[in-house]
Amino acid sequence: MYAEQFQKSLKAVEEARANNIALEPQRMTAQQKEDLLAEFHPDYRKAEFTELKMGPNKGDKVPHELAETLQAHARIKAEDVDLTSPAYDVDVLIIGGGGAGASAAIEAHEAGANVMIVTKLRIGDANTMMAEGGIQAADKANDSPAIHFVDAFGGGHFAAKRELLRKLVCDAPEAIQWLNELGVEFDKDAEGNMITTHGGGTSRKRMHAAKDYSGAEIMRTLRDEVLNRQIPVVDFTAAVELILDENGKAAGAVLMNMETKELLVARAKTVIIATGGAGRMHYQGFPTSNHYGATADGLVLGYRVGAKLLYAETLQYHPTGAAFPEQIFGALVTEKVRSLGAKLVNVNGEVFMHPLETRDVAAASIIRECNARGNGVETGSGLGVWLDTPMIEKIGGEGTIMKRIPAMWRMFDKYGIDIRKEPILVYPTLHYQNGGLDITEDGMTTNVENLFVAGEAVGGIHGRNRLMGNSLLDIIVFGRSAGKNAAAKAQNTEVGTLTLSHIAKFEQEIEDAGIVTDTVSPKLLPSYARK
Amino acid sequence: MENMVNVFLFGKKYQVPDNLTIMRAMEYAGYELVRGCGCRNGFCGACATIYRIAGDRDLKACLACQTKVEDNMYVATLPFFPLVKQVYDIETVNTTEQVMMQLYPEIYACVGCNACTNACTQGLNVMQYIAYAQRGDFEACAEESFDCVMCGVCSSRCPAGISHPQVAMLARRINGKYLAPKCGHLEDRVQEIKDGSFTELIEALMQKPIDEMKELYNTREIEK
Repeated sequence: MYAEQFQKSLKAVEEARANNIALEPQRMTAQQKEDLLAEFHPDYRKAEFTELKMGPNKGDKVPHELAETLQAHARIKAEDVDLTSPAYDVDVLIIGGGGAGASAAIEAHEAGANVMIVTKLRIGDANTMMAEGGIQAADKANDSPAIHFVDAFGGGHFAAKRELLRKLVCDAPEAIQWLNELGVEFDKDAEGNMITTHGGGTSRKRMHAAKDYSGAEIMRTLRDEVLNRQIPVVDFTAAVELILDENGKAAGAVLMNMETKELLVARAKTVIIATGGAGRMHYQGFPTSNHYGATADGLVLGYRVGAKLLYAETLQYHPTGAAFPEQIFGALVTEKVRSLGAKLVNVNGEVFMHPLETRDVAAASIIRECNARGNGVETGSGLGVWLDTPMIEKIGGEGTIMKRIPAMWRMFDKYGIDIRKEPILVYPTLHYQNGGLDITEDGMTTNVENLFVAGEAVGGIHGRNRLMGNSLLDIIVFGRSAGKNAAAKAQNTEVGTLTLSHIAKFEQEIEDAGIVTDTVSPKLLPSYARK
Repeated sequence: MENMVNVFLFGKKYQVPDNLTIMRAMEYAGYELVRGCGCRNGFCGACATIYRIAGDRDLKACLACQTKVEDNMYVATLPFFPLVKQVYDIETVNTTEQVMMQLYPEIYACVGCNACTNACTQGLNVMQYIAYAQRGDFEACAEESFDCVMCGVCSSRCPAGISHPQVAMLARRINGKYLAPKCGHLEDRVQEIKDGSFTELIEALMQKPIDEMKELYNTREIEK
């Protein structure tokens, strides 16, 4: 139930509902989208970015918060640890326990490698667990990997590295099959056909889902498989610095117990960074849909040893973060709500855009509606627009919401809002790091040998914007691939003498660039305690 | 002006605004969380919490990130619970009801007290899904348990020592892999890709100039 202040607008939404359901809103032209993004998308606010003064991407612009953490001091000095007696000695070291890390671990293990996962929280504490809407794969008769390619390439503003995108779309059906064979429960009809829907910017219905727990269902299954294989998982332990060998190849990491702060050395023949995203950096002060540990750690670890970043200046703001009630401010409202028919409606009950534009366009459009056009709803903690969820029951029949998006119903029901009967308030929330470490098709960084990257920490797969359902896909495709390739590479690798000499070198570069800072990184966790 | 309430975190009294979740209240009180905090959005089960309102006999359970504080709330988080997770090979696992007797025989010691269901932070009918598992109806067990976040509160309340979330996990994997109908169009497509049916199409896209890619994208037909 909404308080009195919302009732006038709610009434307008209800009165317009029947007409709004029937309405087929125009999609924007390429030019309209371009103009909209330039004026209203957060990525285009020049004052929010700064030039990197040092390191592999010197001269590139990135968000202030990212620049600060990239150009920061290491948490340790070389002399703090003894590299000659590692606590762990493995073939493949995987940093991060989300979907990409778990997929990599399973494949590396399958290939016979001695593999270990280290994660600063628990295995499964990751954005993968929170992905709701689904995973794309062109596996229906009217679809093809080529159509999937065009959708993703255009949605990403024609900036994706094509060889990475080719891999993403061509390996997609097999990724779904692999998950299904592990026991992931996809939504199917009685004949076994996948129940698929649109996402923003897709031209075919290729969104596979497990209700609106798609990521959770995938993650818990991968986790169970990792545990069945008895792959060591060292939890509550963060990687705070990569270790190279004397030949400049990645050869392990310095680990820190998150509770006791004990430092441990892990030696490895190959290393996979699978540390995920950066929502908890709160770029431009945005709330986030991300998990507690999304602090860009992998980018920092890689940057310090010389790995290049690609598109680190592009972030994804999910158009529909919860704007009310404040207890769930910024939490993800899955795009699937719009896939199932709910439209975005302003304070006057007017549909102001096609509900399935790409995420960057949808986010910018909501920002314009609230700010420039003054058609937002005052929520008590900012502005928002309505996402008219009762439309779903009208279109799909009663019971659709409980069957297809039970997590959304539960999230709002806890605060007395029944989304079957009442619409919800949304506003963009920081959701995804489009950019990340630059890799080649085999998953290895372009300039640090034996350092692999998978998942959200990679840049270039999607270009400058990502389509819904291509992230769950990329963690599986590139996670598996990194696991296989890192295991194979480990077989032919002789690790030389370990060194942390890059730390002093990096510190010198900071000084030479005239940067004065007290910041240390990686950040590991956001600081939310009231001071 | 914020309304303040008294909460007792591990028995110690703090005054916090009444609009906070339990998790935010802990941070308001000054806690820097490491354990007991994961996705902060109700999906990961890291912040299982038990609480009691002073004067109330009921012990309640919730996720700290999804539950508002109340006045005189006594809170203890349960950041870890030692569930039993049996190791098995999904490729060779027995898919009949006997698998439960092999791996989780304690489910047959269920006394029907319903404490698990009463404690579930997701409001699931936990005892019912265990009943389905007992009789080998894994499809029903999978459906009934689907929204489980594996926080473990159910198991902490179980007199029979059942690890409900792990029982359900096994049932869901058996159902997903073996019992649910196979997807024909998926198998076909995987084979087509292996056979190189799309190679020419994709390779053409790899070479195409950006202007042509834009034309292709902007004029593509969108399925209704």
